[in-house]
Amino acid sequence: MTEQNIALRSATISVLVENESGVLARVIGLFSGRGYNIDSLTVAPVERDRSKSRITIVTSGTEMVIEQIKAQLGRLVPVYRVQDLSKEGPHLARELALIKVVGTGEARQEALRLADAFRARVIDASTESFIFELTGATDKLDAFLDLMRPLGLAEVSRTGVAAIVRGKATIE
Amino acid sequence: MDGSIKTTEIMKSGAEAVLRALKDQGVDVIFGYPGGAVLPIYDAIFQQNAIRHILVRHEQAAVHAAEGYARSTGKVGVVLVTSGPGATNAVTGLVDALMDSIPIVCLTGQVPTHLIGNDAFQEADTTGITRQATKHNYLVKRSEDLSRVMHEAFHVAKTGRPGPVLIDLPKDILINPAPYAEPSSQPHRSYKPRTTPDARKVAEAVALMKRAERPIVYSGGGVINAGPEAAKLLIEFVRLTGFPCTSTLMGLGAYPASDPQFLGMLGMHGTYEANMVMHGCDVMLNMGARFDDRVTGRLNAFSQGSKKIHVDIDPSSLNKSVMVDVGIVGDATETLRALIAAWKADTHPQDREALAKWWQQIDVWRSKNSLRFTQPHDPGSIIKPQYAIERLYKATRGQAKETYVTTEVGQHQMWAAQHFKFDKPNRWMTSGGLGTMGYGLPAAMGVQVAHPDALVIDIAGEASILMNIQEMGTLAQYRLPVKIFILNNQYMGMVRQWQELLHGNRYSESYSEALPDFVKLAESFHAVGLRAEKVEDLDRVIAEMLAVDRPVIADICVDQKENVFPMIPSGAAHNEMLLGPEHKANSGGYNGGSVTDEGLVLV
Ligand SMILES: Cc1cc2nc3c(=O)[nH]c(=O)nc-3n(C[C@H](O)[C@H](O)[C@H](O)COP(=O)(O)OP(=O)(O)OC[C@H]3O[C@@H](n4cnc5c(N)ncnc54)[C@H](O)[C@@H]3O)c2cc1C
Ligand SMILES: Cc1ncc(C[n+]2csc(CCOP(=O)(O)OP(=O)(O)O)c2C)c(N)n1
Ligand SMILES: [Mg+2]
Repeated sequence: MTEQNIALRSATISVLVENESGVLARVIGLFSGRGYNIDSLTVAPVERDRSKSRITIVTSGTEMVIEQIKAQLGRLVPVYRVQDLSKEGPHLARELALIKVVGTGEARQEALRLADAFRARVIDASTESFIFELTGATDKLDAFLDLMRPLGLAEVSRTGVAAIVRGKATIE
Repeated sequence: MDGSIKTTEIMKSGAEAVLRALKDQGVDVIFGYPGGAVLPIYDAIFQQNAIRHILVRHEQAAVHAAEGYARSTGKVGVVLVTSGPGATNAVTGLVDALMDSIPIVCLTGQVPTHLIGNDAFQEADTTGITRQATKHNYLVKRSEDLSRVMHEAFHVAKTGRPGPVLIDLPKDILINPAPYAEPSSQPHRSYKPRTTPDARKVAEAVALMKRAERPIVYSGGGVINAGPEAAKLLIEFVRLTGFPCTSTLMGLGAYPASDPQFLGMLGMHGTYEANMVMHGCDVMLNMGARFDDRVTGRLNAFSQGSKKIHVDIDPSSLNKSVMVDVGIVGDATETLRALIAAWKADTHPQDREALAKWWQQIDVWRSKNSLRFTQPHDPGSIIKPQYAIERLYKATRGQAKETYVTTEVGQHQMWAAQHFKFDKPNRWMTSGGLGTMGYGLPAAMGVQVAHPDALVIDIAGEASILMNIQEMGTLAQYRLPVKIFILNNQYMGMVRQWQELLHGNRYSESYSEALPDFVKLAESFHAVGLRAEKVEDLDRVIAEMLAVDRPVIADICVDQKENVFPMIPSGAAHNEMLLGPEHKANSGGYNGGSVTDEGLVLV
């Protein structure tokens, strides 16, 4: 095996599927059954008539494994298209997090200042807590969470990644 | 899809719509077993004559029978079982068909829609359980989806890489009236397998092969899947190029075994010449095979010096375990046709001299005669299992009937693959990928149903045959004259062989204790029982078996300690083959302990 085959890479894969029951279980079963990683997974209908859904998966593996993941996804019967965003030109990837920080005094002030710097919105506040809403790339969210940890980070809910290719090209 | 519906009529019940769909799909026989959830379908079966139902004795056997039917005809095999235990019993058969790419449609009953999820009587989450056991599966929740799903299931089962498709049918859907639409000509919305190869890749492949000095064609089950035309084209291509040809277990019969350009099976128990050729070739054409671990041996030692061309209809087969230089997604028939045309169009001359040298080398390897065995002929001598297969093969050659062979799983399966020579496709049915003991008898049943006038033989082991022995009842009921040829070595021989070679002769739980008397067992199932104990009995027993027009069990008592050779131990390379007992390890390893711990964990 060559170096290229051993090196791990992360891949963001978009899958356009028929919106039918069991389709998410097929995708997840494929990953668990064949031992592939799932770092993030999101799914929602994207057509007006709700007939198709888009699944975005962030995974990692050797080049050979990632090619295999794409081929395996492609052979599922309800799958229309598999797109490797990490390969098909530049793309945008975003996720949203709701972050609860509990605290008072100086820590509370510091949390608010940092939230401002990260453009996180305050969507709920009490005398002892904030809930921030933050959208951005995964590493931006990670960085913000790292800063909040010593300041009273209490709970997090993240959506996982949604991603799309730049420019006028589409998945279909 | 709705736009494509030609005529819609309302059927009295969903069950009638199911039967109508089967008929419109050209189904003439189904293998099944009744139960509460599918009683509406059984009622509809009772009231018609177009479709024949074969009542098996266990649902697993229904699936294997449908596999035998499908593999020997090229058609889709159809199974009907009830909910809960009926469905769970069918799971082994479904996985078997998935691993070996056999087109099956399996109908399962389900509790009525309003009870799903309530732990109702005989409820199982059948679509959940079989999601990874099928190519695709459906739960029909609305009557208006029923006929579309039925037709789609056949389309998915037989196109692309074939496989089993399951349809779960709640009882209310079977009872309520349902609209029926004929098969639509419109392709599936999302499922569109590719069959036509990329012309540039075909040209690239031909350019490589024209310049080959040490080529090999490695053909597999995909050529059988593609149909008899693919086998014809394979022969044409191999003759045109002058290349040697080897085959996987699943591909046997596509290229005639009696042809001098055929090197026999490759892989773990393949011939010396086939494996040495794979190891030393400079250009390899893989036609519809999947670089299975039984074939490649240790991956980082597999055919390191070759350029590899891989043709497969399933894109996920390409670069799955072995990286190839030219990967072609396409159907074997279409691709072979394209390769032949491109070979003729490419004016680059072939290096005939190098090819002649390659053949000389091959002849040297061949002269090892790696499948040899010694059968003593003094009266009273014990029968060698290889000899039994050889004599059986010879005897069937004299028959006017077409011969079909199925097997169980174990040493007998390998000896059958090595010593029974297949010259036509679709004559050899075996469980390769899953290796399911108990496959052979029901599969033979399905073959015999499809080919009532043919000679159908299940080459069996005494342990495997007991796994679906209840199907003797089915043979009797439908007068299916299947011949069960048991190589009775009183051991789970394949297990014993591994214990001998890898676990210091500790034969843990692999002795076939308390066997039935197979002759009496046959008789109690209204069949004929025969036994050969000594070499002088063998030909007579075979002749008798072939002469009776009834089901037969022939109990052939063979040498208990015989091992299958050649053998590439797990984790070894192709050129590290054991050729016979003389190569065998002192206990605990090969060639003086060269089996590594890494090899030991492999199966
Ligand atoms: C005890 C035991 C020992 C075994 N020992 C050996 C051994 O020594 N040697 C050996 O070879 N096997 C052996 N096997 C069998 C082995 O496990 C595999 O089942 C077998 O090698 C796979 O065969 P194949 O590569 O031809 O693939 P198959 O499983 O037959 O798969 C067919 C391939 O063709 C593709 N395909 C399907 N349709 C088409 C089409 N229309 N056009 C093009 N491609 C298509 C499929 O996508 C798939 O990749 C053994 C099995 C058992 C149980
Ligand atoms: C259902 C199932 N269980 C277990 C095995 C493991 N196994 C493979 S071969 C074998 C022994 C088969 O014995 P027999 O049928 O007598 O055949 P022999 O090897 O002796 O020819 C076993 C147990 C299997 N392949 N299938
Ligand atoms: Mg045995």
